[in-house]
Amino acid sequence: MNRIEEVFQKRKTGLLMTFTVAGDPDYDTSLSIMRALLQGGADIIELGLPFSDPAADGPVIQQADQRAIESGMNTDVFFRLVSEFRKESDIPLVVLTYTNLILQREIAKFYQDAANAGIDAVVVADLPYEEAGEYIGAAEQAGISPVMMVSTTTSPERLSRILSVKSGFIYLVAALGVTGVRREVNPEALRYLEMIKQATSTPVAPGFGISDREQVQEWFRAGADAVIVGSALVRLIGENLDSRQEMNRKITACVRELKE
Amino acid sequence: MRLNTRMGEYGGCFVSETLMYALEELESAYLNILPGTEFQAELAEYMTKFAGRETPLTFCRNMSRELGCRVYLKREDLLHSGAHKINNALGQALLAKYMGKKRLIAETGAGQHGVATAIAGAVLGLKVDVFMGDIDIERQALNVSRMKMLGARVIPVSSGTRTLKDAINEALRDWVAQVRDTHYLIGTVVGPHPFPLLVRDLQSVIGKEARRQIFEAEGRLPDCIVACIGGGSNAIGIFHAFIGDPSVRLFGVEAGGEGLDAKHGATLCGGRPGVLHGNYSYLLQDAFGQILESHSVSAGLDYPGVGPEHAMHKDSGRVTYQAVTDTEALEAFLYLSRTEGIIPALESSHAVAYARKIAPALKKDSILIINLSGRGDKDVETVNRYLEMGS
Repeated sequence: MNRIEEVFQKRKTGLLMTFTVAGDPDYDTSLSIMRALLQGGADIIELGLPFSDPAADGPVIQQADQRAIESGMNTDVFFRLVSEFRKESDIPLVVLTYTNLILQREIAKFYQDAANAGIDAVVVADLPYEEAGEYIGAAEQAGISPVMMVSTTTSPERLSRILSVKSGFIYLVAALGVTGVRREVNPEALRYLEMIKQATSTPVAPGFGISDREQVQEWFRAGADAVIVGSALVRLIGENLDSRQEMNRKITACVRELKE
Repeated sequence: MRLNTRMGEYGGCFVSETLMYALEELESAYLNILPGTEFQAELAEYMTKFAGRETPLTFCRNMSRELGCRVYLKREDLLHSGAHKINNALGQALLAKYMGKKRLIAETGAGQHGVATAIAGAVLGLKVDVFMGDIDIERQALNVSRMKMLGARVIPVSSGTRTLKDAINEALRDWVAQVRDTHYLIGTVVGPHPFPLLVRDLQSVIGKEARRQIFEAEGRLPDCIVACIGGGSNAIGIFHAFIGDPSVRLFGVEAGGEGLDAKHGATLCGGRPGVLHGNYSYLLQDAFGQILESHSVSAGLDYPGVGPEHAMHKDSGRVTYQAVTDTEALEAFLYLSRTEGIIPALESSHAVAYARKIAPALKKDSILIINLSGRGDKDVETVNRYLEMGS
């Protein structure tokens, strides 16, 4: 059992999964941000491996990807960063990236390198079920949990095919559109969560548009096993680039508040 | 998906799960609505009475004499809107209307596809939003004005490279947010399945006509066909009807920019396979898979990807892919203008430039067709700047 399966199995309350972009705004700060997330009480850390063309992401995360790439982030540096952080913590680590970065490293090698660095699960933003076969196989071979995405536009037939994959968790796209802060929880997505929960025992984690404590709580009440908060944290990074100390303090405070 | 989403090993559906619903819906429209008699009759009506099909196949006396072979131009530049893009825009817009969509979104580089979509939206009563990189907005000001006059909204894209690549990213982002009432009218044979098939089918009218016309004029198949390639829609459009004729040599001409060892947009000549914008095809990318910036004097060829069907034809060797530089294209622009009295688009000028290169090796009675995909009015500013720099 890897860390991701374990954390869901042992959970007593809903889990908070934070998302930030690896290398944003630079390697060292990124490492300190991960420590700040831990300190705030994050249960799972999801890291974006930045791509030049993140078509599933909104402007906040796009800019973070850009900052990271400009500061020298690439797949080699990413695995180095993860390995370094892994020495300090046993928290489950998830990577979110885009197909081309996995493909260019060679699929099997990417998952093996990810496992060696201490990653537990991999989400690929532009890899639907139909294209995912080889990637899922390589993940399982390396002991990594593949994570399938489900959206409110996913038909019941597709859903049952997607649920046939043994996922670390189901990533529920909680809002139509790209990542980014939304004011309210989409009631359609809440109903969709209920439908998935009835169909599977695999944990479900909604993400996209969830930014404050009230929304997080609403999802937990609706039965989410974990909730993913990304853009709200990434925005804090973007807004506090002149003071790393201030940035980390705010991140810790933000995570703490989300967890309350 | 009901169809095979691959063309050889290329193509596929690399999109976020949210968009799979829209692609399945589009595939179903492609299979059920597009071939229908009613749809085809209505589309044919628009193509002939509105857009101006069929386009002539013009024999070029002066060029033939100078180059030493029989040169024809397939005159897509004479279409309403000034380029082949209207074939696809009208077809997809009509399909969107049959599907009950209320709004069209499109990306554009040179502005030709944006103009074509704005025209299609206006005539069919659909709202149009066009995403365009702010660098392209600057270098294609005429087309920006045309789109606005046609009632479309032009949305500047300032992320990433601020050209066509990022306009596609932005269109994908918009589509995923408004997937239920919006159709993404992609302008070329890229994107996830079924777009490369759909756009190919709508553009294949070019080759079907050219095949019949060359038989009427010469009583036989041509020896060579030359077309420019950015994403590759005009090229696939003319090649498709001749793919099964092995005696016809097909040439795709990419944007060599400042040279293949410098900045360029020649994806097939200088790239390697990867995944961008929903499909697996050749890309300009670094060792890690980050997409590189492309360069071309012509905004319509300034794209670091290419249609998956071309990737397949490259690997099989059925089509030969070569590049010509900015300078060669600019020279060809002036050459065709002065020799034949036809001002070509800078995109199409790449095909003209390459035809001039291969013509000397052909026989006197060899037949060469150049797909003249668009007219050059939009490019006069760019070419003027080049002339001023040279003088």
